[in-house]
Amino acid sequence: MEIVVCAKQVPDTESFIKVGPDGKSIDTTGIKWVLNFFDESGVEEALRIKEKVGGTITVLSVGPQRTVEALRQGMAMGADKSILVDDPTAEGSDPAGIAKILAAVIKGIPHDIIFCGFRTTDDESSQVGLMLAEQLGIPHLPPAIKLEISGDQKAVKVESGVEGGMLTLEAPLPAVITVGRGLNEPRMASLPGIMKAKKKPIDTKKLADLGIDPATVGAAAAKVKIQNMTLPPERKAGQIIEGASVQEKAAKLAQLFKEEVKIL
Amino acid sequence: MDYFLTDKQKMIKNLARRIAEEKIKPKRAELDEKEEFPWELMDILAKSDLFGLIIPTEYGGFGGGCFENCLAVEELGRACIGVATTFAASGLGAYPILFYGTEEQKRKYLPEIASGRKLAAFALTESSAGSDAAGIQTQATSSGDVYILNGTKQWITNGGEAEVYSVIAMTDRTRGARGASAFIVEKGDPGFSFGRKEKKMGIRCSSTRELIFDNCRIPKDRIIGREGMGFIIAMKTFDEARPGIGALSVGLAQGALDEAVRFAKERVQFGKPIISFQAIQHMLADMATLTEAARALVYAVARYIDTRPRDFSKVSAMAKLFPSDVAMKVTTDAVQILGGHGYMRDYPVEKMMRDAKILQIYEGTNQIQRNIIGQALNKEYGKKF
Repeated sequence: MEIVVCAKQVPDTESFIKVGPDGKSIDTTGIKWVLNFFDESGVEEALRIKEKVGGTITVLSVGPQRTVEALRQGMAMGADKSILVDDPTAEGSDPAGIAKILAAVIKGIPHDIIFCGFRTTDDESSQVGLMLAEQLGIPHLPPAIKLEISGDQKAVKVESGVEGGMLTLEAPLPAVITVGRGLNEPRMASLPGIMKAKKKPIDTKKLADLGIDPATVGAAAAKVKIQNMTLPPERKAGQIIEGASVQEKAAKLAQLFKEEVKIL
Repeated sequence: MDYFLTDKQKMIKNLARRIAEEKIKPKRAELDEKEEFPWELMDILAKSDLFGLIIPTEYGGFGGGCFENCLAVEELGRACIGVATTFAASGLGAYPILFYGTEEQKRKYLPEIASGRKLAAFALTESSAGSDAAGIQTQATSSGDVYILNGTKQWITNGGEAEVYSVIAMTDRTRGARGASAFIVEKGDPGFSFGRKEKKMGIRCSSTRELIFDNCRIPKDRIIGREGMGFIIAMKTFDEARPGIGALSVGLAQGALDEAVRFAKERVQFGKPIISFQAIQHMLADMATLTEAARALVYAVARYIDTRPRDFSKVSAMAKLFPSDVAMKVTTDAVQILGGHGYMRDYPVEKMMRDAKILQIYEGTNQIQRNIIGQALNKEYGKKF
């Protein structure tokens, strides 16, 4: 089974986020970069499949040189190799641009299952997986919380949460599966795993290697552009309702709901 | 501070840090409250191969030294020294086999301890023999091709949960300390059972139990080293392990300092965050300075031990004494800075202060550490005082 896990390096959710001087991006100084949680979960699922039926796991990312750390994290968990598309022209791509680059790489390598986190913990566009499936012309399965490979390894069945229920879907392979919350709990890398990851191959590619016209990706080609970034407003202090009796407090609260919150 | 760690050492530290943050921290309060043994966390540490840190590569370990062990337990201790003690106690149980075991014993036990499939424990203390280790009552009698053990060990960390026990018992009472020997006892050996699980002030998720030997028969080849070497083996084990307690202490102190600074920045009194008051700043400054000094001492001693010097009892004792006293002070001051909040179980410093006390007691009380340092000084400067 040839498994490709698409991965993005994102700021650690514990990092202190500041808006950069351009007002359109975050200030990356002092940011700790980690592998996006849902992509980590994708690596875990890939490992479980490999442990059952054998195969090769490739972690694939588009990003600057620092992304190597995230790829090593995936390989420390047990993935076999990595591909990094590191090209300044690709920077600022919107989800469609990223999907295009990923598709170009995946078309050139064997692939049975492609995992994408259903969203990243930074931009949260939740679009790359779907667009990638479209670009490749193969099925996309929605955020999986349970997954099963058929006995003949030709199809995959996933369960996905829908409002108030569960959706079971089946698709022939190859397919793109987006990884939902709760599919698995990613393992911790082991010491020998981390050591071995340092020696596993990372194939670095440029857009030219993939035959992509630079004008079709990157910031210039992005159809979605970030205009402005602001931090959420600081939470205001809570309001304590005073009153001599419970009835009086309740009456005041009802009044507030009516006049200020306007929900009654 | 940059302590010039190698890439390997940074990797160990980062891995332990990540496990502490992501896996231990969310569980520590519940484990403490329920006094529940942290099997799930031991499993995570095992899968990360951290139990193999101090075991040589030929026995399935990572081949790290005292320093690498210190880096790992410091990070684990930053989240919970109950969990970190459970982890470190397995290493303590492995040291006698590692240092004095036969090739066969090493091949049999070390790979299983390194993989975390089995926990180990070290058993010296008895109700009438703690600081006075020569007062051991547990007897090992040679009989044909077995040793027969009788007696009770007290307050044994990992008791009941560990599979492999390094036990010190008397083979010749007439020779005092020179009549002690070390043995490997396995869980399930006939005549070997456990007393009740002790209820403790701190490190409540760790298991502390009696080991009861009632005509416990073990094969002759379970002796570690030779008859009469028990005391030397115990002392050597402690010499090697003490900086580990220092590292646990540094981790705990750092954890408490982290909480105190964070709280002081957020807590507003008299219209300002309390960190803007000099009274608080000075307390935090002392806590930070002591913690860094303790860390520098532990690292220096652990690195020195890894050069395999002949005698390092004195510095090893220092690397346990100072950091554990620091941990007690820093955790106490952290509770003070958090004030009423700090005294409540809703905040982690209450547990940290309870946990800290054991560091001054186990693996040789701090009074015994001072004895060791004092005696070494007396020897170093000649006996002509």
